[in-house]
Amino acid sequence: MPSITEPAAALVKGFGITLKHLFSRKFTSQYPEKPHPIAPKFRGEHKLNKDGEGRVKCVACFLCETNCPAYAIRIKSAPAPDGWQDRERYPAEFEVDLLKCIFCGYCEEACPVDAIALTNKIPEVETSREAFILNKEKLLANADLPAATSAEKYLDDILKKWKG
Amino acid sequence: MTPEIAISLGRILAVIAGVLSAVPYLVFAERKICAYIQDRIGPNRVGPWGLFQPLADGLKLLTKEEILPNGIDRFAYLLAPALVMIHPLATFAIIPFGSSITLFGQTIRLQIADLPIGILFFLGVASLSVYGLALGGWGSNNKYSLMGGLRACAQLVSYELSMGLCLVGIILLSGTLSTSQIVAAQEETLLGFLPAWNVFLQPAGFAIFLICAFAENNRLPFDLPEAEPELVGGYHTEYTGLRFGTFFLAEYASMITMSALLVTLYLGGHHLPGVTTRDFGPVMTGLISTAVFGAKVATVLFTFIWTRWTLPRFKYQNLMSFSWKCLLPAALVNLLMTATVITLSG
Repeated sequence: MPSITEPAAALVKGFGITLKHLFSRKFTSQYPEKPHPIAPKFRGEHKLNKDGEGRVKCVACFLCETNCPAYAIRIKSAPAPDGWQDRERYPAEFEVDLLKCIFCGYCEEACPVDAIALTNKIPEVETSREAFILNKEKLLANADLPAATSAEKYLDDILKKWKG
Repeated sequence: MTPEIAISLGRILAVIAGVLSAVPYLVFAERKICAYIQDRIGPNRVGPWGLFQPLADGLKLLTKEEILPNGIDRFAYLLAPALVMIHPLATFAIIPFGSSITLFGQTIRLQIADLPIGILFFLGVASLSVYGLALGGWGSNNKYSLMGGLRACAQLVSYELSMGLCLVGIILLSGTLSTSQIVAAQEETLLGFLPAWNVFLQPAGFAIFLICAFAENNRLPFDLPEAEPELVGGYHTEYTGLRFGTFFLAEYASMITMSALLVTLYLGGHHLPGVTTRDFGPVMTGLISTAVFGAKVATVLFTFIWTRWTLPRFKYQNLMSFSWKCLLPAALVNLLMTATVITLSG
């Protein structure tokens, strides 16, 4: 005759657990209404920074395009317009294909003039491949968004914490 | 039309409308409670707190394509969804869902048919529920459906025995087969404070009946006829649209009916302990007793749902051996003890 107390105790325990969870805190987040907090080091859409006069900072040196492991960046260089004293060339077109990009941040590290950076902005959902290409206007429109914490600064912060 | 016929029709309409409109909200409650048990929120997009979700679900089922698969047994396939609805709706005829209400000078008993053989009627109709599931499985021309139907047959036949033996215990105690008199017999008090509900007189019988009720309704942990991981959807795999909706409706309607029966037989029906509902006037008496009945049924339904999201499914051999080697002997012993005590106490 198998004992009845042991399974009965297991039953009571199981029902207790589900009853406890019935009243416990829920983990669902109501996404579109309450967006998740995004970590400061999250790397999202790119931006092109502007200089003090509101012009694009980029000098069309092709370092980011050369460095990009996913071949996501395409730059068309042109001679700088008249009156731009500080450089010889500027990007006539600057395109980042978000479907190719792996958001590694190498372009940001390669840039000698801090022109390109990644922001915290989550790329929007589109319905065509063309719409996923960020052109110069869209990149410049992102210029005022805060940049994602760079890998360098992130490591620095961790080291600082370790050293006290 | 004589007043008696009008009253009967009114009661039938009220019960059918009540049960069928309670089903969508039972499904909603199931989804909400399931979600809360799993630390989720559940449906909350359609209407305030997601309250219109069942309407959206129903509309979806209505607009789905009705598919007649190749090679089906047309007669059985089309008959099955209608057959499964018989058990939940017909059984509710014998359940007293309130004491009585006085409207326009007529005293109306809140029960469709006070049959002197109510319990026998229930057992007969409950046996019919097998046919819907078995025919649905057979007519679908699908091996998984057939296996689901066969499992349903074997399971329902096995668990009906233990359930019947529990009912015999109740019949011995109250000396009647009529459900309204079984409720009336539970209105007294035990030892001065405990209501004389059969759950206190027959705790073992109550437990066995509850387990059998889970099995009869194909609810977890006994949902082998439709075990999703093994049988796709069991007997209703090949059904679509409103025909699938009928199976779904019948499943939840029979949950309500079974809970109502459990309340009637074991939990004192519409009787509220310590309160004589006759004090509230002719109309309020009926309404309050119906509300008490509804609250008790809701509690039992919560237990059904709670169990579903707590216990995993039985293995098939365990299901059978549990029924025949465990529940049936226990029900027999329970019956024997009840009979002995009744005989000794005269």
